[in-house]
Amino acid sequence: MPLAKDGQLIDDPWTLVADGAVPPAEGALLVSYATWTEHRDALSRRNAPLGIRLDSDQSPALIADDLDRFDLIALDIPVFKDGRAYSYARLLRERYGYAKELRAVGNVLRDQYHFLHRCGFDTFEVATDEAADAWWEALSEISHAYQPAADARRPILALRQARTEHSAPPRPDTATVAAGWAY
Amino acid sequence: MYRYDEFDHTVVAERVLQFRGQVARRLSGDLTEDEFKPLRLMNGLYLQLHAYMLRVAIPYGMLSSRQMRKLAFVARRYDKGYGHFTTRQNIQYNWPRLDEAADILDELATVEMHAIQTSGNTIRNVTADPFAGVAADEIEDPRIYAEIIRQWSTLHPEFSFLPRKFKIAVTGAPHDRAAIKTHDIGIALKRGPDGETGFEVFVGGGQGRTPVVAKSIRGFLPKRDLLSYLEAILRVYNQLGRRDNIYKARIKILVNEIGVEKFTALVEEEWRHLRDGALALPDDEIARIKAYFASPAYLDIPGDVPEFDSKLLTDPAFGNWVGSNVTEHKVPGYAIVTVSLKPEGGIPGDATAEQMEAIADLADAFSFGELRVTKDQNLVLADIRKSDLFALWQGLRAHGLETPNAGLLTDIIACPGLDYCSLANARSIPIAQRIGTRFGDLDRLRDIGDITLNISGCINACAHHHVGNIGILGVDKKGTEFYQVTLGGSADENTTIGDIVGPAFGEDDIVDAIETIVDTYLGLRTDGETFIDTYRRVGLAPFKETLYAAR
Repeated sequence: MPLAKDGQLIDDPWTLVADGAVPPAEGALLVSYATWTEHRDALSRRNAPLGIRLDSDQSPALIADDLDRFDLIALDIPVFKDGRAYSYARLLRERYGYAKELRAVGNVLRDQYHFLHRCGFDTFEVATDEAADAWWEALSEISHAYQPAADARRPILALRQARTEHSAPPRPDTATVAAGWAY
Repeated sequence: MYRYDEFDHTVVAERVLQFRGQVARRLSGDLTEDEFKPLRLMNGLYLQLHAYMLRVAIPYGMLSSRQMRKLAFVARRYDKGYGHFTTRQNIQYNWPRLDEAADILDELATVEMHAIQTSGNTIRNVTADPFAGVAADEIEDPRIYAEIIRQWSTLHPEFSFLPRKFKIAVTGAPHDRAAIKTHDIGIALKRGPDGETGFEVFVGGGQGRTPVVAKSIRGFLPKRDLLSYLEAILRVYNQLGRRDNIYKARIKILVNEIGVEKFTALVEEEWRHLRDGALALPDDEIARIKAYFASPAYLDIPGDVPEFDSKLLTDPAFGNWVGSNVTEHKVPGYAIVTVSLKPEGGIPGDATAEQMEAIADLADAFSFGELRVTKDQNLVLADIRKSDLFALWQGLRAHGLETPNAGLLTDIIACPGLDYCSLANARSIPIAQRIGTRFGDLDRLRDIGDITLNISGCINACAHHHVGNIGILGVDKKGTEFYQVTLGGSADENTTIGDIVGPAFGEDDIVDAIETIVDTYLGLRTDGETFIDTYRRVGLAPFKETLYAAR
């Protein structure tokens, strides 16, 4: 499947190792959690990039102690309405401090780019080459966010606090509030 | 009430534009109905039996007169001239067109309203006590915290694909008028050890096919920690809630399956990481929101109003209405008025555009221009001077809004049922109408006294039948509609799930069955006992006996 980052299609240098196969010695490998646990020592001794792909019922807590071994973590979204990966991504970025590539794979749709990006994903497996085109539009549709998340956006609360520091607090006076909508 | 600042305005306006694009992609065929479905649901647009249905959020039930007029405008311009107020303090339009849905949202945005997260597996519109700010027993105004939760939950990037829908309710008073224990999360303001206000947090309440009363998981939560604690609960649920079966996907099932102690421990552990982060609520943000809910400019007037007292005596119809629809206000000389949307033979919760406009005018004339929607599908004018009650009543009467039955048997909560809803197994509205007609006699109604009657057209329990004193559930048996009856439910601070009385009743027998239940109660009650008091004293057996004796 095509891979996208920042709205551009990019090459995917990773080779997915099938479950049950012996991981080859060379090349950037993407392995399942089962393969990782089975071939852990051999995989750790390799001098090539290693990535892990987690299913949607596999919490990143499973690999929290091994994060420095991975250059890529791919989280599977088997169907768009399975939202577990959003929590997993935030845990990886915000709790465990994982800073390398975090890839959304599976049923990744244009209307999810924004939330996925906010939760810390930076690469996306998309269904078609054209699916990447909507990236910037999807990310700019809603320009403010109420919540702090894993992205760099300052939440509305922080923007309000900044505004208050620069000007008198915009408090409604009681009489205006009481009068309701008489403007 | 709360007013949008530039950030709130921007979010809502951009969300409408985004949805307009999604609708355009659907209409052009870029999106299949399957792909469009989750997108439209996040904006409250359902596909019903006959047409689309649009559910508009009324955060914690608060409306300005200007917003009410806009709802009337939408009803007239885009629907068939009416709207349906719901048990979650929202309004639904049953006949919008897909190609006009974004136009409706544009209209709503001009009065700071939206349909964000009124459906879908998201955090839904937060609800609260409809007597917030005016109830004598209130610890603190729950709307402050409901608004803070509304903002935090809006377009939450992590919690927009939850296992199932998620409902939060807030009460600021010990007497719970928001049914918080039937919600996924119920929040009760309470005083802490040093007299400061904070929250007790309940989790895992719900209705549907598995009714459960929420359990307390934290006796006291400081205010600053409200959002971090909610985020911890949602994060645990989002990861561990079941996704293999939609009937087992609500948080109540998770709490029951792993046990409340384990669930609580998981939440507390998650919260330990979150509590001192960016979600901690600064005092000045709480103060900023609180200022919007400051009391209106009440006059310093006497509590005794002789002209009101004399009207009570000289006009019995007015007196009856005051008896059921007027509640004590925290300020002397003022009263809280419940406007019943349950006229005899009418559809519970429906209001015409003309009625909405009339109520908006009355709110401007008598109640500081504000209104509330209740979970009982009625409206509230919260700040009426006692000396204005008679004029208000006359104004309501001119529009068929003076039904004197708030809290009485014909104040029925009903879902749209099989007349509108694609999920329903049976009709609800005709049953409500027939019960309304059978018990139309006001003296009898007043004699029966306080009681709740809820009618759901299917097991999804949108009308909360499990927690009605009398609950009616429509079921389908081989293509025929039947009605199962439960007794003894309640949705207040002593929330209980009703007991099933026995075999279901046919469409022709259900109204008689309700009458038998009422007569049985009247025969058993002692002085001053309401229906639920009597039921709790005598239990199910005597009702079962009279209901099935003749069979």
